[in-house]
Amino acid sequence: MYVSPIREPLITGKKTYKKITDEISAPIEGKAGKAWYLGITLTLAALFLGLAMMGITIWEGIGTWGLNKTIGWGWGITNFVWWVGIGHAGTFISAILLLFRQKWRTSINRSAEAMTLFAVMCAGLFPLIHMGRPLLAFFVFPYPNTRDLWVNFNSPLLWDVFAISTYFTVSLLFWYVGLIPDIGTIRDRVKSKMKKWIYGFLSFGWTGSAKHWQRHESISLILAGLAAPLVLSVHSIVSTDFATSVIPGWHTTIFPPYFVAGAIFSGFAMVQTLLIITRKVLNLENYITVGHIESMNKVIIATGSIVGIAYITELFIAWYSGVEYEQYAFLNRATGPYWWAYWIMMTCNVISPQLMWFKKLRRNLIFTFVLSIFINIGMWFERFVIIVTSLHRDYLPSSWSMYEPTMVEVGIFIGTLGLFFTMFLLFIRVFPVIAIAEVKSVLKSSGDQNQKTKKS
Amino acid sequence: MDCNQKKYWTEIRKKEQDQKSDKDLQRKNWEKALDVFDDELNQGKSNRRDFLKLCGFSLALGGVLSSCENPVQKAIPYLIQPEEIIPGKANYYASSYAKGGEYCSILVKTREGRPIKIEGNELSTITRGGTSARVQASVLDLYDTSRYRNALKNGKEISWEKLDAEVISHLKQMKKDKEKIALITPSIYSPSTRQLLKSFLRKYNNIEWIQYDSQSASAMLRANKICFEKEGISDYRFDNADLIVSFDSDFLSTHLLPVENIRLYAQNRKLNYGKKKMSRHIQFESRLSLTGSNADERHLIKPSELPKLLGYLYNEIRREKNKKTYILGIAPAHIKKLAKELWQMREKSLVLAGANDLDVQLLVNLINHELGNYSRTIDKDRTLQVKQAKDSEFESLLADLKTKQIKGVICYDINPVYDYYKGEEFGKYLEKLRFSLAINDTPNETSLLAKYVAADHHYLESWNDLEARTKSYSLMQPVIRPLFNTRQFQNSLLKWMGQDLDFLAYMKNYWKRKIFPSQNQYKDFIAFWKTSLQKGVYEPPLIASLHSTFRMKNTDQLMRRVLRRSRYDGVELQVYPSNVLLDGKMANNPWLQELPDPLSKICWDNYLNISAKQAKELDVETGDVIEINKQIKLPVYIAPGQAYNTVSVALGYGRKECGKVGKDIGQNVSTFIRLHHKNRIDYTGNVHLYKTGEKYPLAMTQTHPSMEGRPIVKEANLDEWQKDEKAGNHSHHHYENAGIYKKPKFPNHHWGMLVDLNSCVGCGACSIACQAENNIPVVGKKEVGRGHEMAWIRIDRYFSGKEENPEVVFQPVMCQHCDNAPCENVCPVAATNHNSEGLNQMAYNRCIGTRYCGNNCPYKVRRFNWYDYTKADSIPHNLHDPADMTVDLKRMVLNPDVTIRAKGVIEKCSMCVQRIQEGKLNAKLENRKLRDGEIRTACQQACPAGAIVFGDLNDKEGILSRMNEQKRNYHLLEEIHTLPSVSYLTKIRNQKSNQS
Repeated sequence: MYVSPIREPLITGKKTYKKITDEISAPIEGKAGKAWYLGITLTLAALFLGLAMMGITIWEGIGTWGLNKTIGWGWGITNFVWWVGIGHAGTFISAILLLFRQKWRTSINRSAEAMTLFAVMCAGLFPLIHMGRPLLAFFVFPYPNTRDLWVNFNSPLLWDVFAISTYFTVSLLFWYVGLIPDIGTIRDRVKSKMKKWIYGFLSFGWTGSAKHWQRHESISLILAGLAAPLVLSVHSIVSTDFATSVIPGWHTTIFPPYFVAGAIFSGFAMVQTLLIITRKVLNLENYITVGHIESMNKVIIATGSIVGIAYITELFIAWYSGVEYEQYAFLNRATGPYWWAYWIMMTCNVISPQLMWFKKLRRNLIFTFVLSIFINIGMWFERFVIIVTSLHRDYLPSSWSMYEPTMVEVGIFIGTLGLFFTMFLLFIRVFPVIAIAEVKSVLKSSGDQNQKTKKS
Repeated sequence: MDCNQKKYWTEIRKKEQDQKSDKDLQRKNWEKALDVFDDELNQGKSNRRDFLKLCGFSLALGGVLSSCENPVQKAIPYLIQPEEIIPGKANYYASSYAKGGEYCSILVKTREGRPIKIEGNELSTITRGGTSARVQASVLDLYDTSRYRNALKNGKEISWEKLDAEVISHLKQMKKDKEKIALITPSIYSPSTRQLLKSFLRKYNNIEWIQYDSQSASAMLRANKICFEKEGISDYRFDNADLIVSFDSDFLSTHLLPVENIRLYAQNRKLNYGKKKMSRHIQFESRLSLTGSNADERHLIKPSELPKLLGYLYNEIRREKNKKTYILGIAPAHIKKLAKELWQMREKSLVLAGANDLDVQLLVNLINHELGNYSRTIDKDRTLQVKQAKDSEFESLLADLKTKQIKGVICYDINPVYDYYKGEEFGKYLEKLRFSLAINDTPNETSLLAKYVAADHHYLESWNDLEARTKSYSLMQPVIRPLFNTRQFQNSLLKWMGQDLDFLAYMKNYWKRKIFPSQNQYKDFIAFWKTSLQKGVYEPPLIASLHSTFRMKNTDQLMRRVLRRSRYDGVELQVYPSNVLLDGKMANNPWLQELPDPLSKICWDNYLNISAKQAKELDVETGDVIEINKQIKLPVYIAPGQAYNTVSVALGYGRKECGKVGKDIGQNVSTFIRLHHKNRIDYTGNVHLYKTGEKYPLAMTQTHPSMEGRPIVKEANLDEWQKDEKAGNHSHHHYENAGIYKKPKFPNHHWGMLVDLNSCVGCGACSIACQAENNIPVVGKKEVGRGHEMAWIRIDRYFSGKEENPEVVFQPVMCQHCDNAPCENVCPVAATNHNSEGLNQMAYNRCIGTRYCGNNCPYKVRRFNWYDYTKADSIPHNLHDPADMTVDLKRMVLNPDVTIRAKGVIEKCSMCVQRIQEGKLNAKLENRKLRDGEIRTACQQACPAGAIVFGDLNDKEGILSRMNEQKRNYHLLEEIHTLPSVSYLTKIRNQKSNQS
């Protein structure tokens, strides 16, 4: 088959179908290494710290956080938006790239989707525990009740409830549907009876018949169609938590696209962080190639530039609006007491991704890894800057205040990191990190053995 | 539960049977319901519906009983309902407040027999319904857990009989031995108590009676004696004065009678209904006092400069009058200018001084005399009686104690060990005395050293009569039975005199003989008494008896003395009564402790006010600790408006012995008071300040002092405003319907409020009134420092102009009840919403605490319950109650009409919705329309300046609508289209525009 010489092979190492199955199933079948145990010990410790801090929050009250009469949201909502944003890469890869028939997605979609799920879980925790009365959180659901009470459909927080729950449901379904053929594969390979039964149950009786494949393909397409708008809608809705308010720095119509771009930006950064390690540790370099990393870096530079332009547009509009509160809010971001947060955000999100224009850097794994961490930090600070610096000095200077997180808030954030990585570590031991069936589908077209024209 | 279907009898016999069985036993519905189990009886007696009801009820009951671990609340019904008390309905009793030289005629609101709120009594011509923060907070002191509950001997409980026997035997023995006893009281301005004291002193002629005021007006009294040969503090008619010049007199906060002063002062500063003129106020002071912060012009001086400055002024006024002048040197230009201005405004001006310095007070009297102000802006006939003590008396008592001429001391309601500058010395003598007796309602530094304590009633449990001004009588009546085994001071005196009378009878008798004859409206004493008691005041018209003749003719000696007085070159330290706690008597009151100082916005502490320049020299900033004279350490607050080379500290803090709340809060600085020519003056010179390098956290409710040039408080100068009534208020938001939601309609009422920034002086009475009315929790110093204070109405204070002498504005901010409220549309559960009368409501039960409403409130008036402050939370062991506000005794102060908020919910100003509801119901019951002004919010009621107006915006004839139509009216942040129901009137300064 002729392949354009500029196309890199997506699978290297002259793989056969059997080799693919063997290599990708290896982490599930083999015994976990010391590194894995060390990793999960650390992440579990973090998780339990987080749980303890959540306990303190619920027991003692939100007073254990560093919030005050002026600043009602701090680390909690920052983390919420950050985690939701991270989730977006997975959906973008599996839904939008599927619809656009991007073959390179097959190597990374599984882990990216898993990451989406875990990130949304972490995100979902924050709106719950940041409530003053989390035990009454069910009040946000519009269910018929004898109290004659109903929710307020005007509130963006309510839209959040629907957006996040829909997002989680669709992502879970999409991820699981994609998993079914691979679970079938695992079922057929595992030896212990117990495992066989469990995987057998989870595979929903997958036999690999043509009918099954046909149904699988069509449901995948439908779910992709459903998930694709979610990529745009979820973070747009999250952004309305701010955009619909009257607070200078929040009240901005640019927020929905800006947030979506930022979300994909940060999501891809997190995928990079995870996969650069995973491919090394699980010996998957032939499946997740430097070419894959480069492709993702290209998305990062695109979205990063959108984010940068959005920042500059915000500044321009603040000046152009002639509203003194608006002007002050942005001046205060850059030069006020939280200037450092603003400049961390600017450096990490606007300046550093521009380095990706250099092909050498784009294809450099260590550089990419470091940069992905930078972006993760930068995007966290973006949310911190939006939330805290806008709130801490709004309209009436009499109420201006400062915010500093307490150990409880930091602990909860560490706890969600713990939850995220615990889930990911468990995931790589239980399910194939790469979609076996889907990778196989591109082997013929994009495997290196078949691309004769390409000079190695 | 009586929804049984109509029963049709089938035959006559059956009917009779039915009737008979019903007659036999009147059974309860639920018993009947059980009939369903009984086959024979089930025809028509009970049906399936009843049975299901019962099942449902049992299930619900079972569910409730088994699932909830709520504490059992004991509610004991009245066996015999007392007359007057209707459960759920408040009773108001007229009474009077008198403490620490502060007086106020009040109404006490009681619910089910317990006092819960103090309101001002509008019938009093002195206070006219105004109150102060302390008056408002005093109701909480009734329920103070630290109160004395019994009579004590050597700190141990003793029965009253025993105490009386021992006290009487001591008194008799000492009388026989001709040993002198000192009876020390605060100024007694109760006519009947004075009479009682006189007869007590007649009975025990070895007792010497001394009055002691912690904040005395001794120099003023002496100066008036010299000038008029008649003692007494003049009545300063700020309402008649067009030019007020105050030399270090903080008359709006602590000096004389602030509640009355604020009212009179504000009266002549209001510019409503076409009034075009207002008074002009010039202040000379070293620290920025509340009074100074309201002045139109303010001059910085050192406290020691005062006599000479007044000397100059006097001289210059004499020059204006073409009288012989003294050689004093060249007067400063601003004094010359002031003299000219005063002379222009003669007979319409008012000069007063706060310094307890005889020379100063004499000069002030002379100046007022030269200007012809007496009988015009200063009334000599209606003297203020609340301060009568002369400083020299206590000083000589101390000398007598030292020489052991006095063998016994009786202290009533005073605390010199704490607030006297030589308190420690007094304490030492007191401890060694054979007979020492304290009569107090709460323990203090002095009473703890006394051998006997005759526990006194709280004033809300006492009878008394007061004559705060000449012939302005008011009555104090108990509004609750004594909570503890205490006895009123006067009753104790009667007992020790061997009389079996109680003080009420004594007082009535006094009134019958002395006061009743002075009127002829009532023929019958009982009717007269009842009316007076009901009104709380009796104010017969005063016939000017003495036309004040100014007798001080020879001023040469005074001027020579003044000439000799030199100012200190070094740093001067001035101590001043705290704007909130005054002299510290109420230091154990958590509401007051948590009320931020109007100027520094710091609560739960005192601190050293220091000028920015001085701070730079010392290299300190706010929160750094400084040591003064190696004597005392205090945190620094860089106070705008503090004169360079002067520092100041508030008195009233650093109590060592009081309840848990006020103990060891701040530092006691009364030791910096010193005696000067027989008067205690409040400053010392040449203090040395040392930087310690330590840091101390201060709890500040407002940390940003500048308005950042935003149109938040709009102001203009008087001349601009006279030309253009919209001066300073030109920019307006014109769009009626700019939001995406339709502007709501309010067919019936539309509640609104207005704050006149020209009358508000920033005192803070409204904040405490709101706290008492709305059960607002106390969170403690640490929480305030973390920005967790709960005040529903706060007073924003902004500085502008020069830092060394800034202009100040105060702006009370409460929920603005926006008709396009940003908080309402963001709440996911609709816990905050708009009602049909324009109120922005909070449904606490519905709130889940996302705090989005708080974030989205541009006014930042929403308060979140960060912790369980009120014990309303269902999770155990998480109470945050630093001031013990949730103990049963203190919970008695709670207003039963207002819900206690649980942890995790947002709360805010409701515009006293409970009062609105009550007003509406009253009108409905009487089948009439609501009257304008009938409903008054707690803040409005408390305000001595009348700066807050509440009303119905739909009532076009009402006061609120008419005030709103004025050109000074504006809404806060109206450009964001929140459509607030609260509006403000611009502040007008009586300054010339080109001046600034």
